[in-house]
Amino acid sequence: MDRALKPGERTRMTEAIVEYQGISKYFAGIRALEGVDFKCRSGSVHAILGENGAGKSTLIKIMAGVLQPDAGSVLMEGKEVSFAGPQAAVDAGIVCMFQELSLIPDLSVADNISISSPPRRFGLIDRRAQVRRAEELLARVRCEDVDPNALVRELSLSRRQMVEIAKALGRNPKVLILDEATSALTARDVRTVYDLLAELKDAGVASLFISHRMHEVEALCDTLSVFRNGQHIETFQKGAKSEREIVRLMIGRDVDAQFPPKPDRAGDAAMAEPILEVKNLKWGNRLNGIDLSLRRGEIVGLGGLDGQGQKELLLALFGVLKDVAGDVRVGDRKGLPTSPATAKNAATRMALVPEDRKTEGLMLDMSIADNLLASSFRRISRGPFIDPGRAAAEIGKGIAKLQIKIGSADDPVMTLSGGNQQKVVLAKWLMIDPDIILLNDPTRGIDVGTKQEIYRLMRELANEGKAILFYSSDYAELIGCCDRVSVLYGGRVVSEQSGDGITEESLVAASLNIDVEAA
Amino acid sequence: MKRSSTRSSSLTRWLSQNTGFAAALLLFTALFLTYNVMHPRGFSSAVAIQNANETVAIAFVAMAQTLPVLIGGLDLSVGAVMTLANCVASELLTGSPLQIVLGAVLTLLTGALFGFMNGCIVVYGRIQPIIATLATGAVAIGLALLIRPKPGGNVDDDLSWALTNSVWDLADTYGFADGGEAWWLRPFADIPVPFLLVVLIAVIVWVPFRRSVTGRTVYAIGSAEGAAYMSGLPIQRAKITAFTLAGFLAACGGLYLAIQTSSGNADVQQAGAYTLNSIAAVVLGGTSLLGGTGGAIASLVGAMILRVISFYFRILDIDPLLQPLIEGLVLLTAVSFGAFRTLRVKNQLDLFR
Repeated sequence: MDRALKPGERTRMTEAIVEYQGISKYFAGIRALEGVDFKCRSGSVHAILGENGAGKSTLIKIMAGVLQPDAGSVLMEGKEVSFAGPQAAVDAGIVCMFQELSLIPDLSVADNISISSPPRRFGLIDRRAQVRRAEELLARVRCEDVDPNALVRELSLSRRQMVEIAKALGRNPKVLILDEATSALTARDVRTVYDLLAELKDAGVASLFISHRMHEVEALCDTLSVFRNGQHIETFQKGAKSEREIVRLMIGRDVDAQFPPKPDRAGDAAMAEPILEVKNLKWGNRLNGIDLSLRRGEIVGLGGLDGQGQKELLLALFGVLKDVAGDVRVGDRKGLPTSPATAKNAATRMALVPEDRKTEGLMLDMSIADNLLASSFRRISRGPFIDPGRAAAEIGKGIAKLQIKIGSADDPVMTLSGGNQQKVVLAKWLMIDPDIILLNDPTRGIDVGTKQEIYRLMRELANEGKAILFYSSDYAELIGCCDRVSVLYGGRVVSEQSGDGITEESLVAASLNIDVEAA
Repeated sequence: MKRSSTRSSSLTRWLSQNTGFAAALLLFTALFLTYNVMHPRGFSSAVAIQNANETVAIAFVAMAQTLPVLIGGLDLSVGAVMTLANCVASELLTGSPLQIVLGAVLTLLTGALFGFMNGCIVVYGRIQPIIATLATGAVAIGLALLIRPKPGGNVDDDLSWALTNSVWDLADTYGFADGGEAWWLRPFADIPVPFLLVVLIAVIVWVPFRRSVTGRTVYAIGSAEGAAYMSGLPIQRAKITAFTLAGFLAACGGLYLAIQTSSGNADVQQAGAYTLNSIAAVVLGGTSLLGGTGGAIASLVGAMILRVISFYFRILDIDPLLQPLIEGLVLLTAVSFGAFRTLRVKNQLDLFR
């Protein structure tokens, strides 16, 4: 704490180019940011650190004019400003590179680089000047091999990210926000970005750097700010704190959820034959050789920061992805299912509770009953027709088992609360009596009470002999629920922890791919 | 250039980025040449003039349809706006030359205003284009019927003759270029005027639009609306402009129809047929119904393909009753090629997005 920066305390540094005072933002009453005071200065490279859901992305969106704060004010070079949209922020000199790329796939690289203010002649876009400008900017990011006339969708993800950087540079930023800008880059490109940031720093540009790679933050940034639970916790200079201290700042909360006790079966579980075995699983550039095994009666967690391949792994296992390479054994069968339908109908049945309840989990306009039955029509039909008696019985069982609070089973499922909606998704899949249950962040956005019910249910199902693979962005859940946790980083399992070895510190450290013992 | 090895030549690049359009152009050329070879008076000015006359209206309507399709929508009112313009023109294209010009301007303005209204309904009413234009299309037909309950009208005869024949006839009618005999007019004398009109409108309307920020935004919206917003592009303006231009181009078709037939006709069936054919022409030209790729020139070629197919029925002595069937099969074959895209999708969830 000794070298922590308090607002206005240090005079050695240049004035704040942009300053945020008391920024708050709520989504449907849920706090995303509260009372955040934050400033960044010209000629600095400033890292923003925080766990998933700490409020980093909300802050960035407010900076870039995509969201408007519910309270608080923004000062740009000392004058109060408010941005009606992304273009207003760009005009003021705040340029953001978003994690989800802001490039238009069907337009050319040159079009994209000069997208909203191209060079013109007689009022029309001057294509030649535009190509020249693209060539200059691409040369600055050392991507001379990218053809300015190529369509963006023809480029690989890493090239697109470099084009995105060239586009941002072309907008003459005073404040440049890089949100996971290096996530898809090759080592050579990362080097280029480092040099570029140094160059911009000398030119007086303030760069804000959001990265989950701790070594990048160490190498690049001079100032670090930690966010947690929608609040700005502390800002300090690089070197003021050890990695261990930084990790602790990022966690800084009590584990408050109640979890059911884990049975002590480490011995016989280890003996059992895995029901699911995955070796060297690869898909595109998102999965880079995953090794994993899952036994009956076991809950295995998938840890790591968002976007390290956890979702793709679950989708691959459920047969959603094409061209997945690697050795997989599911029950007695070799190979992955080819579609969700084969995954759920195979001898070893699989169920996936998907990430997005509203688009992939439920048909919101349809009734609770129809949603519950959606995966198990085969079990309740006689010939081509649904047997109403069996259907009603199954619906009743499903509702009772998960204690779903409903008025009538014929109501549209969207009339239910988030927690009850998620229970409908779970009940739907439990109806097929799956052997393997894949859960993609099943407790996201639901209330604490329902969360605890889901934890208990998971443990019951495991005790019944089902195998559960559980991705959660909440470390407390992984610690409380899982027998083992595999932490993913860059599409690989970088750490496997089990039993008492699963701690918040070890999980956070593994997800940043740093070694706490060494730090 | 040291980079040339890593870059494809501009022609290869153009072909890979415009495969659909290139295929359409090839198909049209093959169909049209074969047609002329088979026709007893093939490759003559008379045949070319007849063909061009029959293609102009659908060509304009197809170009009109292209803009809403590029933003990922559909405009079901283009045929109706064409009909409305046709009826307005049948009232106004008469009198002194100045009055005729004014009448033509008013006709085109009617279409553009109608399109502007469509755009405002879509942008500010937040209604999907397909349903908004289904409703406004009925309104347009209703207005057309009010203006012209029965087919008829009064269009200047000279104008009608001059614009539906060859360049020589145009010069002859209005007595310029020595009544068509001037040496510099010779190379163009046999070109059909209707063909030139379509090309002229394409060049003065479409080409500049394609090279404006608004035009670029139209493509960006169809390709990735979220990214377009994040890039600070003027999304609302682009959508309204797309529909306004659609209305304008549809009115060009209606105006020409009035000149060609010397009359106006509030024909409900005809309006519907033009709308559906315009969608077919857009797709045949290689424009994606999902938006973001393609263009009005491609749709122009698509419209010409549709028309050439119908010309074959005249010279081949096929039962005209088979025409819809054959047109349907051609369309189906053409769009099947577009479906190959889905074979490359790696995440099957992406197919449903």
